[in-house]
Amino acid sequence: MVKQGYEPTPPIRRFEPFRPFRIAWIYFRVGAMNELQYRANFFVEVFQSLLSLGVGLAVLALVFSQTSTLNGWSRSQLLAVLGVQILIGGFIHTFVQPNMTHLLADIREGKLDFALTKPEDGQLLVSVRDVRIWQAVDMITGTVVLIVAMLQLDHAIGVVDALAFLAAIMIGGSMFYCFWMVVTTGAFWLVKMDEVVELFEGVFQSGRWPVGTYPRWLRLGLTFLVPIAFAVTVPAEALTSRLNWQTLVFAFVLAIVFLAFTRWFWRRGLKRYSGASA
Amino acid sequence: MSALAERPSPAVRPGAPAAGGRWEPLLPEAGRVRSMLGVYAQCFRTSVITGFQYRVAHYFYMFGMLAEPIIYLVVWSTIARQQGGSVDGFTPGDFAAYYIVWTLVRQMNIVFTPYGWEWRIREGQIAGQLLRPLHPIHYDIANLGGWKIVTIVLWLPIAFALTLLFHPTLSPTATEIGVFSVAIWGAYLVRTMNLWLLGLVTFWTTRVSALFEAYAVVELLFSGRLVPLQLMPGWAQTAANVMPFKWTFGYPIETLTGGLTDAQLFGGLGMQALWTTIGAIGVAIVWKRAVRRFTSVGN
Repeated sequence: MVKQGYEPTPPIRRFEPFRPFRIAWIYFRVGAMNELQYRANFFVEVFQSLLSLGVGLAVLALVFSQTSTLNGWSRSQLLAVLGVQILIGGFIHTFVQPNMTHLLADIREGKLDFALTKPEDGQLLVSVRDVRIWQAVDMITGTVVLIVAMLQLDHAIGVVDALAFLAAIMIGGSMFYCFWMVVTTGAFWLVKMDEVVELFEGVFQSGRWPVGTYPRWLRLGLTFLVPIAFAVTVPAEALTSRLNWQTLVFAFVLAIVFLAFTRWFWRRGLKRYSGASA
Repeated sequence: MSALAERPSPAVRPGAPAAGGRWEPLLPEAGRVRSMLGVYAQCFRTSVITGFQYRVAHYFYMFGMLAEPIIYLVVWSTIARQQGGSVDGFTPGDFAAYYIVWTLVRQMNIVFTPYGWEWRIREGQIAGQLLRPLHPIHYDIANLGGWKIVTIVLWLPIAFALTLLFHPTLSPTATEIGVFSVAIWGAYLVRTMNLWLLGLVTFWTTRVSALFEAYAVVELLFSGRLVPLQLMPGWAQTAANVMPFKWTFGYPIETLTGGLTDAQLFGGLGMQALWTTIGAIGVAIVWKRAVRRFTSVGN
């Protein structure tokens, strides 16, 4: 029973910049231990990753049986694009998509209360609580493809190119997280959005080719609506010495705008949420 | 015994065993074909109503599937322009026609996947289906068939937009339109049988994703889904001729985009009927063995 006049002491929250990372690490360990129970899944993922790579290579072979360059990109440069696409795809399937599909189900079934009632930031929790470590096989496959492409390129990769690549890939990864988070938050209004996974998987395939190949209207969509240009083409441009620093700075600024918008949109969505629990 | 004697006696309570242990039906039974048509019509209706209820979700699904043909279309159109206007006789307009028709054929090709079978087995869903009076495949064909009606209606504005954006070269004859209208349903049946057969593997192992992915790759390469089969190497075209896949993708598309003779048009329908029959026989054989392995726990 609560005493009359009792005032609960508000928790003292110190500024802890690494706290989100600590929480993400705890969830990562729990998720990894859970997945390690099913080791056979690793071999399934390796098989599927190799199949997917095989298709990508077969398409490249088919295209280059008819031409020597595609819109100014050589075969090895396009192999680099393919490598980045597989790498980013692995990151999304390991860390982002499992959390977003979980969030979609929670909103639809009214189970989001379990995350919202925990003494941590809701957006942080729904963004880090699920990890599918075996999907990271694609990150390894993508890296191997990237290394092979680099070896085939005519010029050596400088330190600046490598750093620009790392920066671009982190910026692109953040933008993709924002895209997924915004689309998933839409479930607060639309409720049933399971098909969004199909939508993403389909659109993400367009990253196998540089966005410059696509018509203007599609290029704009793949740059600002679904940030494939920043997540795949820009890092590949860094490795093939096609990137200028203005593009990288623009991408950085845009990533900050995306993150701020995502935060605002999440809060708007939360206001619409009413749990289904008693 | 006269025919009249087979009528239920008014003295026998409906639903109770008659003399000789034979159960009397609670309601007068309709003919088998009429009953089946009734089930199909009802499942169709329910699917159409549900499909229109979730239009946004349906469009999400369709938009997701648009990306694949648009990518192929853009890449091959770029190559055609670089090569002076065509690749192996395909102009950008021909590619546009091929891949715009592709978008509808792909929708018609959506059937119950092995992933759905994994869920059915894991959740014990089969138990309920086994109690129904018809083979479960009929419910799948009818339910997804109704869903196709919604898909076709929702696809029309998409096709219109794609036409404005990519300027296809398409001028089908009345015969071609007629054959296409049948061929897309033939493709649906062939693929239903193929994936049902693959899905039945889940009665032995509930992990079919790797097998399904391998199937999808072979289908992608030998069906005309990736690229018109004419652009594939000669050995791949030969291999495609002895597989069922081209009758689910390449053939229905080509019935509308032109280039097929009357013999090829109608012969293709025959090949679809053949592969559907082969698939149905395969399903019947495997189903009998598969269902014996099924056990379910639940309330």
